[in-house]
Amino acid sequence: MSLIFKGKPIVPGITSGQAIVSSQPISFWGGVDPAKGEVIDRRHECSGIVITGKVFVFPTGKGSSTGSAVLMESIRNGSAPAAIINSKIDPILALGAILAEELYHKTLPLVIVSQEDFESIQDGDSLFIQSDGTILVNPSV
Amino acid sequence: MSLNLSPKDRQMLDGKFGEATRLAMSIIVRMAQALEVDELMDITQAHIDGCGLMSDASLDFAETMARLGGRVAVPTTLNMIPLDLQNWQKQRIPQTFAQKALGMADAYIKMGCIPTWTCAPYQGTLVPHFGQQIAWGESNAIVYANSVLGARTNRYADFFDLCAAITARVPKYGLHLKENRKGQILFRLVGFPENLLWDESIYAALGHLIGHIAQDRIPVIEGLTGDITSDQHKAFGAAAASSGAVGLYHIAGITPEARTLAEAFHGDQPEEIVEIRFADLLAARKDLSTIQNQDVKIDAVILGCPHFSFTEFQRLADLIEISQSRLYPGVRFIVLTNQLTYSLLERSNILKPIMDFCVEIVLDTCVFHSPIVSAKGQVVMTNSGKCAYYAPGELNTGVVFGNLDECFCAAVKGVLCREVER
Repeated sequence: MSLIFKGKPIVPGITSGQAIVSSQPISFWGGVDPAKGEVIDRRHECSGIVITGKVFVFPTGKGSSTGSAVLMESIRNGSAPAAIINSKIDPILALGAILAEELYHKTLPLVIVSQEDFESIQDGDSLFIQSDGTILVNPSV
Repeated sequence: MSLNLSPKDRQMLDGKFGEATRLAMSIIVRMAQALEVDELMDITQAHIDGCGLMSDASLDFAETMARLGGRVAVPTTLNMIPLDLQNWQKQRIPQTFAQKALGMADAYIKMGCIPTWTCAPYQGTLVPHFGQQIAWGESNAIVYANSVLGARTNRYADFFDLCAAITARVPKYGLHLKENRKGQILFRLVGFPENLLWDESIYAALGHLIGHIAQDRIPVIEGLTGDITSDQHKAFGAAAASSGAVGLYHIAGITPEARTLAEAFHGDQPEEIVEIRFADLLAARKDLSTIQNQDVKIDAVILGCPHFSFTEFQRLADLIEISQSRLYPGVRFIVLTNQLTYSLLERSNILKPIMDFCVEIVLDTCVFHSPIVSAKGQVVMTNSGKCAYYAPGELNTGVVFGNLDECFCAAVKGVLCREVER
Protein backbone atom coordinates (compact mmCIF):
# COMPACT_ATOMS: atom_id res chain seq x y z
CA MET A 1 0.00 0.00 0.00
CA SER A 2 1.21 3.47 -0.87
CA LEU A 3 1.34 5.96 2.01
CA ILE A 4 2.84 9.33 2.79
CA PHE A 5 3.29 10.94 6.20
CA LYS A 6 5.51 13.42 7.95
CA GLY A 7 7.77 12.76 10.89
CA LYS A 8 10.11 14.96 12.90
CA PRO A 9 13.66 14.83 11.57
CA ILE A 10 16.16 14.69 14.46
CA VAL A 11 18.93 14.33 11.92
CA PRO A 12 17.58 15.51 8.55
CA GLY A 13 18.66 13.71 5.40
CA ILE A 14 17.53 12.15 2.15
CA THR A 15 17.70 8.40 1.74
CA SER A 16 15.75 5.31 0.83
CA GLY A 17 15.75 1.64 1.69
CA GLN A 18 13.82 -1.43 2.59
CA ALA A 19 12.16 -1.40 6.03
CA ILE A 20 13.18 -3.79 8.77
CA VAL A 21 10.39 -3.39 11.30
CA SER A 22 10.39 -4.50 14.91
CA SER A 23 7.97 -3.79 17.73
CA GLN A 24 10.75 -4.31 20.28
CA PRO A 25 13.13 -1.63 21.64
CA ILE A 26 16.83 -2.40 21.27
CA SER A 27 20.11 -1.47 22.90
CA PHE A 28 22.64 -0.80 20.14
CA TRP A 29 25.55 -1.76 22.37
CA GLY A 30 25.13 -5.47 23.06
CA GLY A 31 22.42 -5.46 20.40
CA VAL A 32 24.18 -4.57 17.16
CA ASP A 33 27.68 -5.56 16.04
CA PRO A 34 29.21 -2.37 14.60
CA ALA A 35 31.73 -4.40 12.57
CA LYS A 36 29.09 -6.38 10.67
CA GLY A 37 25.84 -4.46 11.08
CA GLU A 38 24.22 -7.61 12.48
CA VAL A 39 21.65 -7.63 15.28
CA ILE A 40 23.32 -9.72 18.01
CA ASP A 41 20.83 -9.36 20.88
CA ARG A 42 19.89 -13.04 21.01
CA ARG A 43 16.67 -12.16 22.81
CA HIS A 44 15.56 -9.72 20.08
CA GLU A 45 13.22 -10.75 17.28
CA CYS A 46 15.68 -9.31 14.71
CA SER A 47 18.61 -11.42 16.01
CA GLY A 48 20.82 -12.43 13.08
CA ILE A 49 19.45 -9.82 10.66
CA VAL A 50 21.94 -7.46 9.00
CA ILE A 51 20.60 -3.89 9.10
CA THR A 52 23.30 -2.27 6.97
CA GLY A 53 21.69 -0.11 4.27
CA LYS A 54 18.16 -0.86 5.51
CA VAL A 55 15.73 1.52 7.16
CA PHE A 56 15.57 0.19 10.72
CA VAL A 57 12.13 0.86 12.20
CA PHE A 58 11.72 0.16 15.93
CA PRO A 59 9.93 1.97 18.80
CA THR A 60 12.95 3.41 20.64
CA GLY A 61 16.26 2.50 22.27
CA LYS A 62 16.92 0.91 25.62
CA GLY A 63 19.77 -0.46 27.70
CA SER A 64 23.35 0.68 27.39
CA SER A 65 24.48 4.30 27.17
CA THR A 66 27.20 2.99 24.82
CA GLY A 67 24.52 2.68 22.13
CA SER A 68 25.64 6.09 20.88
CA ALA A 69 29.22 4.85 20.44
CA VAL A 70 28.11 1.76 18.54
CA LEU A 71 25.85 3.79 16.24
CA MET A 72 28.56 6.37 15.61
CA GLU A 73 31.17 3.69 14.86
CA SER A 74 28.79 1.96 12.44
CA ILE A 75 28.11 5.27 10.67
CA ARG A 76 31.86 5.87 10.46
CA ASN A 77 32.67 2.44 9.01
CA GLY A 78 29.64 2.13 6.74
CA SER A 79 27.83 -0.73 8.49
CA ALA A 80 24.98 1.49 9.75
CA PRO A 81 21.38 1.36 8.54
CA ALA A 82 20.43 3.83 5.77
CA ALA A 83 18.10 5.50 8.28
CA ILE A 84 16.39 4.95 11.62
CA ILE A 85 12.70 5.57 12.28
CA ASN A 86 11.47 5.56 15.91
CA SER A 87 8.13 6.40 17.52
CA LYS A 88 9.87 7.95 20.53
CA ILE A 89 13.19 9.75 20.61
CA ASP A 90 16.01 7.94 22.37
CA PRO A 91 18.60 10.58 23.34
CA ILE A 92 21.34 7.93 23.26
CA LEU A 93 20.79 7.05 19.59
CA ALA A 94 20.09 10.67 18.69
CA LEU A 95 23.46 11.70 20.13
CA GLY A 96 25.27 8.99 18.13
CA ALA A 97 23.72 10.19 14.87
CA ILE A 98 24.23 13.90 15.64
CA LEU A 99 27.86 13.47 16.66
CA ALA A 100 28.66 11.32 13.60
CA GLU A 101 27.49 14.22 11.47
CA GLU A 102 29.60 16.73 13.41
CA LEU A 103 32.73 14.57 13.50
CA TYR A 104 32.62 12.69 10.19
CA HIS A 105 30.17 14.72 8.09
CA LYS A 106 28.24 11.52 7.47
CA THR A 107 24.47 11.71 7.77
CA LEU A 108 22.24 8.94 9.06
CA PRO A 109 18.70 10.34 8.85
CA LEU A 110 16.86 9.80 12.15
CA VAL A 111 13.13 10.51 12.09
CA ILE A 112 10.51 10.33 14.86
CA VAL A 113 6.99 9.46 13.69
CA SER A 114 3.62 9.21 15.47
CA GLN A 115 2.56 5.89 16.95
CA GLU A 116 -0.13 5.57 14.27
CA ASP A 117 2.31 6.16 11.41
CA PHE A 118 4.84 3.85 13.06
CA GLU A 119 2.30 1.04 13.09
CA SER A 120 1.45 1.57 9.42
CA ILE A 121 4.97 0.63 8.27
CA GLN A 122 5.30 -3.05 7.34
CA ASP A 123 8.45 -5.14 7.25
CA GLY A 124 9.82 -5.10 3.72
CA ASP A 125 8.15 -1.80 2.72
CA SER A 126 10.10 0.43 0.41
CA LEU A 127 10.73 3.72 2.24
CA PHE A 128 11.84 7.08 0.84
CA ILE A 129 12.87 9.66 3.43
CA GLN A 130 13.05 13.37 2.66
CA SER A 131 14.97 15.99 4.60
CA ASP A 132 11.85 17.61 6.09
CA GLY A 133 10.92 14.25 7.67
CA THR A 134 8.38 13.27 5.01
CA ILE A 135 8.31 9.50 4.52
CA LEU A 136 6.94 7.88 1.38
CA VAL A 137 5.92 4.25 1.81
CA ASN A 138 5.86 2.10 -1.33
CA PRO A 139 5.36 5.06 -3.69
CA SER A 140 3.94 4.11 -7.09
CA VAL A 141 6.57 5.10 -9.61
CA MET B 1 9.61 26.26 21.04
CA SER B 2 12.90 28.10 20.91
CA LEU B 3 15.96 27.49 23.02
CA ASN B 4 16.93 30.33 25.37
CA LEU B 5 20.66 30.35 25.96
CA SER B 6 22.38 32.25 28.77
CA PRO B 7 25.04 34.84 27.82
CA LYS B 8 27.74 32.37 28.87
CA ASP B 9 26.13 29.56 26.83
CA ARG B 10 26.31 31.87 23.81
CA GLN B 11 29.94 32.69 24.47
CA MET B 12 30.72 28.98 24.64
CA LEU B 13 28.84 28.44 21.39
CA ASP B 14 30.72 31.33 19.78
CA GLY B 15 34.08 29.81 20.63
CA LYS B 16 35.10 32.29 23.36
CA PHE B 17 36.13 29.35 25.57
CA GLY B 18 38.01 27.45 22.89
CA GLU B 19 37.21 25.01 20.16
CA ALA B 20 36.49 21.95 22.35
CA THR B 21 33.97 23.90 24.41
CA ARG B 22 32.39 25.26 21.21
CA LEU B 23 31.98 21.75 19.81
CA ALA B 24 30.64 20.42 23.14
CA MET B 25 28.11 23.26 23.41
CA SER B 26 27.00 22.85 19.78
CA ILE B 27 26.23 19.16 20.48
CA ILE B 28 24.30 20.10 23.62
CA VAL B 29 22.32 22.73 21.70
CA ARG B 30 21.45 20.26 18.93
CA MET B 31 20.29 17.73 21.54
CA ALA B 32 18.23 20.39 23.36
CA GLN B 33 16.54 21.32 20.08
CA ALA B 34 15.85 17.67 19.22
CA LEU B 35 14.28 17.21 22.66
CA GLU B 36 12.31 20.49 22.35
CA VAL B 37 13.81 21.82 25.57
CA ASP B 38 13.71 25.59 26.10
CA GLU B 39 16.72 26.14 28.37
CA LEU B 40 19.90 24.60 29.74
CA MET B 41 20.83 24.04 33.39
CA ASP B 42 23.99 23.52 35.47
CA ILE B 43 25.37 20.16 36.54
CA THR B 44 28.02 19.84 39.24
CA GLN B 45 29.49 16.39 38.59
CA ALA B 46 29.90 13.99 35.68
CA HIS B 47 30.69 10.33 35.03
CA ILE B 48 32.03 9.42 31.63
CA ASP B 49 31.17 6.15 29.90
CA GLY B 50 32.54 7.18 26.51
CA CYS B 51 35.93 5.67 27.44
CA GLY B 52 34.61 2.10 27.62
CA LEU B 53 34.21 0.81 24.09
CA MET B 54 37.29 0.39 21.92
CA SER B 55 36.30 1.70 18.53
CA ASP B 56 37.89 4.14 16.13
CA ALA B 57 34.96 6.51 16.66
CA SER B 58 35.48 6.51 20.46
CA LEU B 59 39.19 7.16 20.04
CA ASP B 60 38.63 9.87 17.42
CA PHE B 61 36.23 11.71 19.69
CA ALA B 62 38.44 11.54 22.80
CA GLU B 63 41.60 12.54 20.94
CA THR B 64 39.83 15.32 19.02
CA MET B 65 38.42 16.87 22.18
CA ALA B 66 41.77 16.59 24.00
CA ARG B 67 43.67 18.05 21.03
CA LEU B 68 41.23 20.96 20.83
CA GLY B 69 42.06 21.79 24.45
CA GLY B 70 39.01 20.24 26.13
CA ARG B 71 39.05 20.30 29.93
CA VAL B 72 36.28 19.20 32.27
CA ALA B 73 34.67 21.96 34.31
CA VAL B 74 33.24 19.76 37.08
CA PRO B 75 34.62 16.76 39.03
CA THR B 76 34.40 13.92 36.51
CA THR B 77 34.90 10.23 37.20
CA LEU B 78 35.67 7.64 34.50
CA ASN B 79 33.99 4.36 33.65
CA MET B 80 36.00 1.27 32.81
CA ILE B 81 38.44 1.35 29.90
CA PRO B 82 39.10 -1.39 27.35
CA LEU B 83 42.03 -2.92 29.21
CA ASP B 84 43.45 -3.73 32.63
CA LEU B 85 46.16 -1.10 33.07
CA GLN B 86 48.31 -3.30 35.35
CA ASN B 87 47.89 -6.70 33.77
CA TRP B 88 47.16 -6.28 30.06
CA GLN B 89 50.50 -7.71 28.98
CA LYS B 90 50.01 -10.83 31.11
CA GLN B 91 46.52 -11.14 29.63
CA ARG B 92 48.05 -11.13 26.13
CA ILE B 93 46.05 -8.17 24.91
CA PRO B 94 47.23 -7.43 21.35
CA GLN B 95 49.66 -4.52 21.17
CA THR B 96 47.68 -2.54 18.58
CA PHE B 97 44.50 -2.80 20.65
CA ALA B 98 46.39 -1.81 23.80
CA GLN B 99 47.94 1.23 22.15
CA LYS B 100 44.55 2.55 21.10
CA ALA B 101 43.05 1.89 24.54
CA LEU B 102 45.98 3.58 26.29
CA GLY B 103 45.67 6.52 23.91
CA MET B 104 42.01 6.88 24.82
CA ALA B 105 42.79 6.67 28.53
CA ASP B 106 45.49 9.35 28.15
CA ALA B 107 43.11 11.68 26.33
CA TYR B 108 40.54 11.56 29.16
CA ILE B 109 43.24 12.01 31.83
CA LYS B 110 44.63 14.97 29.89
CA MET B 111 41.18 16.57 29.98
CA GLY B 112 41.22 16.49 33.77
CA CYS B 113 39.05 13.44 34.47
CA ILE B 114 39.65 11.32 37.56
CA PRO B 115 41.04 7.85 36.70
CA THR B 116 38.56 5.81 38.71
CA TRP B 117 38.05 3.37 35.80
CA THR B 118 34.93 1.77 37.19
CA CYS B 119 31.34 1.06 36.19
CA ALA B 120 30.31 1.20 39.88
CA PRO B 121 31.36 4.78 40.73
CA TYR B 122 28.60 4.98 43.34
CA GLN B 123 30.54 2.46 45.48
CA GLY B 124 33.74 4.41 45.11
CA THR B 125 34.77 8.00 45.35
CA LEU B 126 32.86 11.25 44.71
CA VAL B 127 29.48 9.67 45.38
CA PRO B 128 26.78 12.24 44.53
CA HIS B 129 24.37 13.44 47.20
CA PHE B 130 20.59 13.61 47.34
CA GLY B 131 19.17 16.14 44.90
CA GLN B 132 22.52 16.85 43.25
CA GLN B 133 22.24 17.63 39.53
CA ILE B 134 24.75 15.44 37.68
CA ALA B 135 25.43 14.13 34.16
CA TRP B 136 26.24 10.45 34.26
CA GLY B 137 26.80 7.86 31.56
CA GLU B 138 26.77 4.04 32.12
CA SER B 139 23.25 2.65 32.39
CA ASN B 140 23.78 0.82 35.69
CA ALA B 141 25.43 3.84 37.33
CA ILE B 142 22.67 6.17 36.12
CA VAL B 143 19.90 4.06 37.61
CA TYR B 144 21.76 3.69 40.91
CA ALA B 145 22.47 7.44 41.19
CA ASN B 146 18.85 8.36 40.55
CA SER B 147 17.16 5.62 42.53
CA VAL B 148 19.34 4.82 45.52
CA LEU B 149 21.15 8.15 46.02
CA GLY B 150 18.40 10.48 44.86
CA ALA B 151 20.83 12.41 42.66
CA ARG B 152 19.42 13.56 39.31
CA THR B 153 20.65 12.56 35.89
CA ASN B 154 19.14 11.54 32.59
CA ARG B 155 20.31 8.43 30.76
CA TYR B 156 23.19 10.21 29.11
CA ALA B 157 24.83 8.80 26.02
CA ASP B 158 28.52 8.07 25.63
CA PHE B 159 30.20 11.28 24.32
CA PHE B 160 27.36 13.51 25.53
CA ASP B 161 28.79 12.84 29.00
CA LEU B 162 32.06 14.59 28.06
CA CYS B 163 30.19 17.50 26.42
CA ALA B 164 28.29 18.01 29.70
CA ALA B 165 31.48 17.71 31.77
CA ILE B 166 33.29 20.34 29.65
CA THR B 167 30.44 22.88 29.63
CA ALA B 168 28.83 21.96 33.00
CA ARG B 169 25.51 22.41 31.17
CA VAL B 170 22.74 20.05 30.05
CA PRO B 171 19.26 20.47 28.57
CA LYS B 172 16.79 21.10 31.38
CA TYR B 173 14.41 18.16 31.00
CA GLY B 174 13.58 14.62 32.06
CA LEU B 175 14.85 13.23 35.35
CA HIS B 176 16.53 16.52 36.32
CA LEU B 177 13.05 17.85 37.15
CA LYS B 178 11.12 16.62 40.16
CA GLU B 179 7.80 16.35 38.32
CA ASN B 180 9.29 13.82 35.90
CA ARG B 181 10.50 11.54 38.69
CA LYS B 182 7.00 10.39 39.57
CA GLY B 183 6.39 6.63 39.55
CA GLN B 184 4.35 5.38 36.59
CA ILE B 185 3.90 1.64 36.90
CA LEU B 186 3.35 -0.24 40.16
CA PHE B 187 4.82 -3.72 40.63
CA ARG B 188 3.23 -5.49 43.58
CA LEU B 189 5.26 -8.46 44.81
CA VAL B 190 3.08 -11.31 46.03
CA GLY B 191 4.24 -14.33 48.01
CA PHE B 192 7.96 -13.62 48.02
CA PRO B 193 9.59 -15.77 50.73
CA GLU B 194 11.41 -13.38 53.03
CA ASN B 195 14.06 -15.95 53.88
CA LEU B 196 15.32 -15.82 50.28
CA LEU B 197 15.72 -12.07 50.05
CA TRP B 198 19.42 -12.19 51.00
CA ASP B 199 20.14 -13.73 47.59
CA GLU B 200 21.53 -11.21 45.07
CA SER B 201 20.26 -13.32 42.16
CA ILE B 202 16.67 -12.62 43.27
CA TYR B 203 17.32 -8.90 42.75
CA ALA B 204 18.99 -9.45 39.39
CA ALA B 205 16.10 -11.61 38.16
CA LEU B 206 13.57 -9.12 39.51
CA GLY B 207 15.36 -6.29 37.70
CA HIS B 208 15.41 -8.31 34.48
CA LEU B 209 11.66 -8.90 34.72
CA ILE B 210 10.69 -5.37 35.76
CA GLY B 211 12.93 -3.71 33.16
CA HIS B 212 11.36 -5.83 30.43
CA ILE B 213 7.82 -4.83 31.42
CA ALA B 214 8.46 -1.19 32.40
CA GLN B 215 10.76 -0.32 29.44
CA ASP B 216 11.09 3.48 29.76
CA ARG B 217 8.41 4.00 32.41
CA ILE B 218 9.42 4.60 36.04
CA PRO B 219 8.69 1.46 38.07
CA VAL B 220 7.64 1.46 41.71
CA ILE B 221 8.07 -1.78 43.64
CA GLU B 222 5.88 -2.61 46.61
CA GLY B 223 6.45 -5.61 48.84
CA LEU B 224 10.16 -5.57 49.59
CA THR B 225 10.93 -4.95 53.22
CA GLY B 226 13.94 -4.53 55.41
CA ASP B 227 17.37 -3.52 54.28
CA ILE B 228 18.46 -3.86 50.70
CA THR B 229 22.21 -3.73 50.43
CA SER B 230 24.14 -1.56 48.00
CA ASP B 231 25.17 -4.73 46.14
CA GLN B 232 21.55 -5.87 45.83
CA HIS B 233 20.47 -2.48 44.46
CA LYS B 234 23.40 -2.74 42.05
CA ALA B 235 22.26 -6.17 40.84
CA PHE B 236 18.65 -5.02 40.43
CA GLY B 237 19.38 -1.75 38.65
CA ALA B 238 21.98 -3.17 36.27
CA ALA B 239 19.55 -5.86 35.11
CA ALA B 240 16.59 -3.45 34.80
CA ALA B 241 18.71 -1.03 32.75
CA SER B 242 19.66 -3.87 30.38
CA SER B 243 16.28 -5.47 29.66
CA GLY B 244 14.64 -2.03 29.69
CA ALA B 245 15.45 1.67 29.54
CA VAL B 246 15.02 2.14 33.29
CA GLY B 247 16.83 5.23 34.56
CA LEU B 248 15.01 5.51 37.90
CA TYR B 249 13.07 3.14 40.13
CA HIS B 250 11.39 3.55 43.47
CA ILE B 251 10.98 0.90 46.17
CA ALA B 252 8.23 1.88 48.57
CA GLY B 253 9.53 2.40 52.08
CA ILE B 254 13.15 2.00 50.98
CA THR B 255 14.47 4.38 48.30
CA PRO B 256 14.75 8.07 49.25
CA GLU B 257 12.01 9.47 47.02
CA ALA B 258 9.56 6.75 48.04
CA ARG B 259 9.33 6.88 51.80
CA THR B 260 5.71 5.90 51.20
CA LEU B 261 3.93 4.44 48.19
CA ALA B 262 1.97 7.70 47.84
CA GLU B 263 5.18 9.73 47.74
CA ALA B 264 6.56 7.50 44.96
CA PHE B 265 3.53 8.39 42.81
CA HIS B 266 3.48 12.07 43.94
CA GLY B 267 0.02 11.42 45.34
CA ASP B 268 -1.39 10.25 41.99
CA GLN B 269 -2.53 6.83 40.85
CA PRO B 270 -0.25 4.45 38.96
CA GLU B 271 -0.83 4.21 35.20
CA GLU B 272 -0.74 0.45 35.50
CA ILE B 273 -0.52 -2.15 38.26
CA VAL B 274 1.33 -5.44 37.70
CA GLU B 275 1.34 -8.27 40.23
CA ILE B 276 4.54 -10.29 40.38
CA ARG B 277 4.37 -13.71 41.97
CA PHE B 278 7.37 -15.73 43.02
CA ALA B 279 6.76 -18.07 40.08
CA ASP B 280 7.19 -15.09 37.70
CA LEU B 281 10.53 -14.40 39.31
CA LEU B 282 11.64 -18.00 38.86
CA ALA B 283 10.66 -17.77 35.19
CA ALA B 284 12.72 -14.56 34.83
CA ARG B 285 15.64 -16.29 36.50
CA LYS B 286 15.35 -19.13 34.00
CA ASP B 287 15.10 -16.66 31.10
CA LEU B 288 18.53 -15.29 32.02
CA SER B 289 20.11 -18.68 31.20
CA THR B 290 20.45 -19.76 27.57
CA ILE B 291 21.22 -23.33 28.66
CA GLN B 292 18.82 -25.19 30.90
CA ASN B 293 20.31 -28.67 31.33
CA GLN B 294 21.19 -29.38 34.90
CA ASP B 295 24.63 -30.90 34.40
CA VAL B 296 26.12 -28.55 31.79
CA LYS B 297 29.91 -28.16 31.85
CA ILE B 298 30.96 -24.64 32.90
CA ASP B 299 34.06 -23.17 31.21
CA ALA B 300 34.27 -19.87 33.06
CA VAL B 301 32.67 -18.05 35.96
CA ILE B 302 32.40 -14.28 35.50
CA LEU B 303 31.61 -12.08 38.48
CA GLY B 304 31.74 -8.32 38.95
CA CYS B 305 29.35 -6.98 36.32
CA PRO B 306 29.04 -4.22 37.56
CA HIS B 307 32.42 -4.17 39.34
CA PHE B 308 32.70 -6.37 42.44
CA SER B 309 32.69 -4.49 45.73
CA PHE B 310 34.78 -5.23 48.79
CA THR B 311 31.76 -6.76 50.54
CA GLU B 312 31.21 -9.08 47.58
CA PHE B 313 34.86 -10.17 47.80
CA GLN B 314 34.29 -10.88 51.49
CA ARG B 315 31.41 -13.22 50.61
CA LEU B 316 33.60 -14.95 48.03
CA ALA B 317 36.41 -15.34 50.57
CA ASP B 318 33.93 -16.88 53.02
CA LEU B 319 32.84 -19.44 50.41
CA ILE B 320 36.48 -20.32 49.70
CA GLU B 321 37.21 -20.73 53.39
CA ILE B 322 34.14 -22.82 54.16
CA SER B 323 34.50 -25.15 51.17
CA GLN B 324 38.24 -25.77 51.52
CA SER B 325 38.09 -26.81 47.86
CA ARG B 326 40.13 -25.99 44.80
CA LEU B 327 39.16 -24.52 41.46
CA TYR B 328 38.25 -27.29 38.99
CA PRO B 329 41.09 -27.74 36.45
CA GLY B 330 40.51 -25.74 33.29
CA VAL B 331 37.73 -23.56 34.69
CA ARG B 332 38.46 -19.82 34.64
CA PHE B 333 37.24 -17.79 37.58
CA ILE B 334 37.21 -14.12 36.56
CA VAL B 335 36.26 -11.29 38.89
CA LEU B 336 36.07 -7.75 37.53
CA THR B 337 36.73 -4.84 39.83
CA ASN B 338 38.49 -1.48 40.14
CA GLN B 339 41.79 -0.25 41.57
CA LEU B 340 40.12 1.30 44.61
CA THR B 341 38.60 -2.00 45.75
CA TYR B 342 41.82 -3.83 44.91
CA SER B 343 43.85 -1.49 47.10
CA LEU B 344 41.49 -2.33 49.97
CA LEU B 345 41.96 -6.04 49.25
CA GLU B 346 45.72 -5.58 49.43
CA ARG B 347 45.35 -4.17 52.92
CA SER B 348 43.01 -6.96 54.04
CA ASN B 349 43.44 -10.62 54.95
CA ILE B 350 41.19 -11.95 52.17
CA LEU B 351 43.32 -11.31 49.09
CA LYS B 352 45.61 -14.29 49.80
CA PRO B 353 42.89 -16.98 49.99
CA ILE B 354 41.24 -15.50 46.90
CA MET B 355 44.50 -15.60 44.94
CA ASP B 356 45.29 -19.09 46.29
CA PHE B 357 41.97 -20.22 44.79
CA CYS B 358 43.34 -18.98 41.42
CA VAL B 359 40.79 -16.22 40.97
CA GLU B 360 41.76 -13.96 38.06
CA ILE B 361 41.12 -10.47 39.37
CA VAL B 362 40.75 -8.12 36.40
CA LEU B 363 41.02 -4.39 37.08
CA ASP B 364 39.72 -1.26 35.35
CA THR B 365 37.82 -3.06 32.61
CA CYS B 366 35.08 -5.44 31.55
CA VAL B 367 34.84 -8.79 29.73
CA PHE B 368 32.71 -7.13 27.07
CA HIS B 369 35.17 -4.34 26.29
CA SER B 370 38.54 -6.05 26.75
CA PRO B 371 39.48 -9.24 24.85
CA ILE B 372 40.35 -11.22 27.99
CA VAL B 373 37.86 -14.03 27.42
CA SER B 374 37.87 -15.81 24.07
CA ALA B 375 35.00 -18.04 24.92
CA LYS B 376 33.18 -18.53 21.65
CA GLY B 377 31.01 -21.61 21.89
CA GLN B 378 31.83 -22.07 25.56
CA VAL B 379 29.55 -21.77 28.57
CA VAL B 380 29.99 -19.01 31.12
CA MET B 381 28.23 -18.72 34.43
CA THR B 382 27.48 -15.47 36.21
CA ASN B 383 25.40 -14.03 39.03
CA SER B 384 24.91 -10.81 37.04
CA GLY B 385 21.65 -10.18 35.22
CA LYS B 386 23.42 -7.63 33.04
CA CYS B 387 26.23 -10.02 32.10
CA ALA B 388 23.72 -12.80 31.42
CA TYR B 389 21.68 -10.45 29.22
CA TYR B 390 24.56 -9.32 27.02
CA ALA B 391 26.97 -12.32 26.97
CA PRO B 392 25.19 -14.39 24.28
CA GLY B 393 25.53 -11.57 21.76
CA GLU B 394 28.74 -9.89 22.88
CA LEU B 395 30.81 -12.96 23.84
CA ASN B 396 29.13 -15.55 21.63
CA THR B 397 28.81 -17.94 24.56
CA GLY B 398 26.13 -19.92 26.29
CA VAL B 399 25.17 -18.40 29.63
CA VAL B 400 24.03 -19.91 32.88
CA PHE B 401 22.69 -17.56 35.52
CA GLY B 402 22.82 -18.41 39.21
CA ASN B 403 23.63 -16.94 42.58
CA LEU B 404 27.14 -16.57 44.00
CA ASP B 405 26.93 -19.91 45.82
CA GLU B 406 25.94 -21.71 42.64
CA CYS B 407 28.70 -19.96 40.65
CA PHE B 408 31.25 -20.99 43.26
CA CYS B 409 29.98 -24.57 43.32
CA ALA B 410 30.25 -24.77 39.51
CA ALA B 411 33.81 -23.46 39.71
CA VAL B 412 34.74 -26.24 42.14
CA LYS B 413 32.92 -29.07 40.34
CA GLY B 414 33.32 -27.92 36.73
CA VAL B 415 29.62 -28.49 36.11
CA LEU B 416 26.46 -26.65 37.04
CA CYS B 417 25.14 -27.51 40.47
CA ARG B 418 21.88 -25.97 41.56
CA GLU B 419 22.33 -26.13 45.32
CA VAL B 420 18.86 -24.89 46.04
CA GLU B 421 16.26 -26.05 43.57
CA ARG B 422 13.81 -23.21 43.31
